[in-house]
Amino acid sequence: MQTQSSIDSSARKAALDVLAAAPSRALAELWDRWADKPVHKLVRGPETGLVMVRGRAGGGGAPFNLGEASVSRASVRIVSGEVGHGYCLGRDLAKAEAIAVIDALWQRDAAVVEAEIIEPLRALANGADQQRRNESAATRVDFFTMVRGDN
Amino acid sequence: MYVAVKGGEAAIANAHALLADRRRGDRSVPALRLDQIMEQLGLAVDRAMGEGSLYDRELAALALVQARGDLIEAIFLVRAYRTTLPRFGYSLPIDTGAMLIERRISATFKDLPGGQMLGPTFDYTHRLLDAAIVDGEVPAPVMREAEEAQAPRVTDLLGRQGLMEPDGETDPARAVGDLTREPLDFPLDRDLRLQALARGDEGFLLALGYSTQRGYGRSHPFVGEIRIGEVAVEFDVPELGFAVSLGRIRVTECQMVNQFKGSAKVPPQFTRGYGLVFGQAERKAMAMSLVDRALRAKEFGEDVVAPAQDEEFVISHSDNVQATGFVEHLKLPHYVDFQAELDLIRRMRAEHEAAAMQEAAE
Repeated sequence: MQTQSSIDSSARKAALDVLAAAPSRALAELWDRWADKPVHKLVRGPETGLVMVRGRAGGGGAPFNLGEASVSRASVRIVSGEVGHGYCLGRDLAKAEAIAVIDALWQRDAAVVEAEIIEPLRALANGADQQRRNESAATRVDFFTMVRGDN
Repeated sequence: MYVAVKGGEAAIANAHALLADRRRGDRSVPALRLDQIMEQLGLAVDRAMGEGSLYDRELAALALVQARGDLIEAIFLVRAYRTTLPRFGYSLPIDTGAMLIERRISATFKDLPGGQMLGPTFDYTHRLLDAAIVDGEVPAPVMREAEEAQAPRVTDLLGRQGLMEPDGETDPARAVGDLTREPLDFPLDRDLRLQALARGDEGFLLALGYSTQRGYGRSHPFVGEIRIGEVAVEFDVPELGFAVSLGRIRVTECQMVNQFKGSAKVPPQFTRGYGLVFGQAERKAMAMSLVDRALRAKEFGEDVVAPAQDEEFVISHSDNVQATGFVEHLKLPHYVDFQAELDLIRRMRAEHEAAAMQEAAE
């Protein structure tokens, strides 16, 4: 049975996943349109660092260190007290800070943040992924067997 | 003995100014933008990123243009940059089974769940230079409704029938080796070898992989599967108390299936070599998987007879930044060292002459 807090954290994770994957420009445009941005204080960062990305031997075996990736992060406290955290690949500090503020707002008013920011970004990502899948699908090999002779 | 010699400062400064000029080239030609390099020289960017061991396409593009297209110099720049950043931690292992697939082929099975997709490949092109691409219009790619099919890893399919060596047990208590933190101490475990191979020089690994095919440590390989696409990088964020995705990275994975091994306890099974590389880097992933398999010789009780099976030889020489550092340092001033060699050879020649004269006198 899922507890309320584990439901909340999986919904919050889902929102953060969408934000991190969002193209910087798309996220910035949506965030620019957000009417009353809360005053926020930086608790940490924004800063850029590295995360060592791991793979698994054979795809599913023992973990190994594949190589590092640049990552930006920020933590903020908004006026109403919520603390938000933003993490994303790359060196876009403004994006990490925006994600942190949006994460804080999400804790205050999840429904509005979902409707105004998360859902449009998710739709954008789904559309882009579908296009990528369809492009790859066109290169799918349809094998057929040629029968030689009569029997 | 080191003796400081001064006098090169002006020459060095002017050489760097000349380098900057030559790097930029004819000013009437527009300067390259990083987005042009990322979009149009994508595989060079991927290689600088993979062997630089830092996933950041924009930085790799900057390194390429700063290095005037010299890939090893670009890799060096990327490696140097990574030392300036703090390490936030380690990701959870990526799940290549959940990849958004752009290319996926198997040389062992025609009909796979999820199908074979050629993707953006050079295979089956005629390798004829085409001047028309320079300013020709490029049509949008063809689309086809994708089927909602799972694409399990091929090795998992055969593994279910017990024909394939499994991925192996993982011991969660065991620390994962990290060659960026600890100096290498031979013999290595496979995790450290895979880390070294993933950032190793493509040319070196290609030649070693090729050597195994030509009989130096033969393993009779087949490409079980190559897949290229994007996977999410999940990171445990302590302040959140759960893992979040940081976004997706593109990787290339190669499962090389090799001839059988069994034991008193285990019936004969196919064995495997594994390749995993940042970006689209199929040749590198294939070479890595061949060399990974060759380096497992001892594990399978095979005789270590070929260079590709010699762990210390392979891993000690696979890093092109280390290799270029040691080879290229030879061109730096060695005046005092060489003076000592000159003194030595003069003494040897004098002794030789004296001996010859004495022989003539006797």
